[in-house]
This record gives sequence, structure tokens and C-alpha cells, in this order.
Amino acid sequence: MDQKKLLEIENIELKLLIDAIYLSYGYDFKNYTKSHLKRRILRRVKLENLKSITALTEKILYDKDSLDQILLDLSINVTEMFRFPEFFKDLRKDVVPLLKTYPSINIWHAGCSTGEEVMSMAILLKEEGLLNRASIYATDINKKVLEIAKDGIYRVEDVKKWTNNYQEAGGKKSFSDYYVAKYDHAIFDQDLLKNVTFLEHNLVIDKTFINANLIICRNVLIYFNKKLQDQVLELFEESLIPGGIIGIGSKESLKFTSVNEKFKSIASTTKIYKKKIGC
Amino acid sequence: MNCKAIVIGTSAGGVEALKIVLKDLEPNIKLPIIIVIHIRERTEGFSKIYQTLNRLTVKEAEDKEEIKDGVIYFAPSNYHLSIEDDYTFSLSLEEKVNYSRPSIDILFKTAAEVYTDGLLGIILTGANSDGALGLKKIERLGGRCIVQDPKAAYFDIMPLSALKYVPSSKLMSLDSINRYIKKLGGDNL
Repeated sequence: MDQKKLLEIENIELKLLIDAIYLSYGYDFKNYTKSHLKRRILRRVKLENLKSITALTEKILYDKDSLDQILLDLSINVTEMFRFPEFFKDLRKDVVPLLKTYPSINIWHAGCSTGEEVMSMAILLKEEGLLNRASIYATDINKKVLEIAKDGIYRVEDVKKWTNNYQEAGGKKSFSDYYVAKYDHAIFDQDLLKNVTFLEHNLVIDKTFINANLIICRNVLIYFNKKLQDQVLELFEESLIPGGIIGIGSKESLKFTSVNEKFKSIASTTKIYKKKIGC
Repeated sequence: MNCKAIVIGTSAGGVEALKIVLKDLEPNIKLPIIIVIHIRERTEGFSKIYQTLNRLTVKEAEDKEEIKDGVIYFAPSNYHLSIEDDYTFSLSLEEKVNYSRPSIDILFKTAAEVYTDGLLGIILTGANSDGALGLKKIERLGGRCIVQDPKAAYFDIMPLSALKYVPSSKLMSLDSINRYIKKLGGDNL
């Protein structure tokens, strides 16, 4: 068959799959970036030795476990502690002084995945003497990654790689003070997570639940199309107190989004913004 | 065939090769040139190298940015670069492909789906096989394929694997690729 026709059929199959997931389970991926969706779905088709996207659709409709697998496939759970250390350095320099002025602090990690960034934040807050007055809400669409995040146990070889990040991010102690290595695992001090609440939350359909002083959502927006980016950023804007802070991924931007006017940039390379007072 | 976009993939040896390929291009080139090069450093300062070589705008591709004619875009380091149906870019942090992020295959495959027979894919010097499958996809959807002559390439692994997948690719030297692109600009006027 003509290759262009095949491409057209494949795109129709992808649309039908997205509709099937929505109609059957309520997860709405219509406004996810298409190239990303398609790549992840075709990867799953190949791994399962299926003939087409349509075969995967059938599998998902009749088998809830397949849906859970797809949810995992579609969220990119590639992360590390103190990733892009400059970001945490700027948080310490430009945001911590502001946080110190509040008697209590609400922080929302949206799309927290397996929790590396939440742990990084807890360590930073502890070093700045803020952990005890902080309530951290760490949310993700995916139950399975939240379980990993709650445990706070990571592969020791990864953790060693993150030691550099910690130091570059302005860490004040030795990174190994925060975990105990056991066989090939690093078990982090559970005390760091005592003020953290892990919640299932779907940015596409769920509403706000917090008056946040700080929201962290890095490298999540790139998987959404413009319309959904605007919608999610409006949710964040609504969830932040006036003067509240948002940090996004280094290749993400509020420029050209619907909330741009409501924020001012306070660290341009590390993409930290402050919600204007009176908004 | 009217060419609507050019995608270029290269790795080891690519910084120098691109200096020849992109030399003296004039803004009459009514199409975007989108490039993946595997390098360790960040690409922000990188575009400056090429800015002085021609009169086109050279920049790093941004997430959700609209793709414009007469602009040379580089994939940011450490992100995959894709092209969407509405002629915008998207970035992604998913796992490496062919040990690479950005991956040439990802750019080429998504570009092929959007531009189909209006796409020109070019593979230059490189020391791994990234880009071969992407070039194959370009060929299948009716696009044109050019591969740097492996005999003259600084590293021949990338051109040779591209040729293995797309034997019908046109073999060219860097200078002739440069002339070809310039001529394409004229054709599109």
C-alpha cells in the first residue's frame, strides 16, 4: 500500500486509541504532544509484539493492567536529584529568603514522578532550616511512581552520580549524610519526607487543592500542546498566592502562554517566576 | 518537487562539516534548515559559530516554537527534537535513542511525517549509526536523501549506515551539498 496512505491510517488508529482510553477510563491524552504520544504508543506496540495500534487499543479496552502500563509509558520518568543544579542554586539564592518570611510554607511538586526532586527540595529546606514549617504536596498521574517516591529508596550507583549535582547546587553538607547505603540501594532518611503528602492528581482534569507559596513543575509541560500548557499554567496561577513562585524546566517558558502577563521572571536561565501581587 | 524543509544529522566531525555546508547561504532560501548534532557542550553559544557564516538567523529550537522559513535551527543539547503537524517544534526528555539525545532518527522520522515528499534529509560525518532509520523513513514518504560521500567524511560510520538503509541516496561532497542547498533556495523563489 502507498506509504502516505499507511501513515494516514496509523494516525487514525492513534486518534481512536486516545478516544478509547478517554471513553473507557477517563484519562484524557488528546492535548498531549502528538509526536511524543505516537512514539510511546508505537514503542509499546513493538514491545508487545502487536500488529498495529488497533491491536493495542483492543488490549487496553479489555484489560485494565494494559492501561496502567500505558500510563507509565506516557509519563517520562527520567529524573535525578538536584537535576540542573543551577536551578537549586537559584532557589537557594532568590527564593529561600522569601520563603523565610512566611510562618508556614505550602509547596506543590506537580508531576513528581519517582520523587527525586521532592527529596532534593526536602534536603534544601532542611539545610535552610525551613523543613519543619513546610508542607509539601507531591502529585503525579501515576500511582506506581508515587509508591517509589514514598519509599525514598534509590539505586546506589545513581545516587553517587547525583553527589556532583548536590555539590554544584550549593549543598552544605556531605550528600551521604542523607542516606544509608545497603547492598546496591541507598535508603534516604525518612525524616526528610515527614511533611510530604503524596497524592494522585491529574493535571488535565483535576482542580486546584492548595494555596501554594511555591510550585515546581519541571519538564512536564513539554509533553502538552499549547492549549493544554495554557490550561495547566492557569491552574498553577490559580493555586499560587500573590507573590508565589513557580519553577519550570530549563527549556520551558511562560513567554507566549496565557499567564505570561501575571508573572515576572526572577531567574531567567533557570526559569523561576514570581506571580505579580494584585493578580 | 518543491522542497519545504531540510533536516541535517551529524555527529563526530560535524562542527567543521557544517561550516562548509552552511557557508554563505542567502535569506532567499525559503525553507527552514533543522539540525541535530551530537555534542557534549550546551548549544546556546554554539549557534554563534554559524551565525557569522551566512545571512540566515541561527538559533536553538524552542518547545512549541513555530517553524519559520529562512531560519537555521539547532536541537538543544540533551533534548530530543520533534516536529508536530502544525509546523511547531516539541522537545522531549525520553530515553536516549542510539545512545544519543538529541537523536537524529527522532527528528528525521517526525519531520518525514509532517513534510512527506517536501523534505530533504542530509546525513554527514559521524561515528555512530543514528539517522539511518530516520533517513529510510524520509525516503519511504517520498522525500529526497543526501549522504556525505563516506570516502571524504571525517568519520564514515554514519554515512555508511545511512547508505546501507537508503542505497539510493545521492552521494555528495560537503561543497556540493552547500551548492545544492543554495540552488534549492533559487528553485523555491
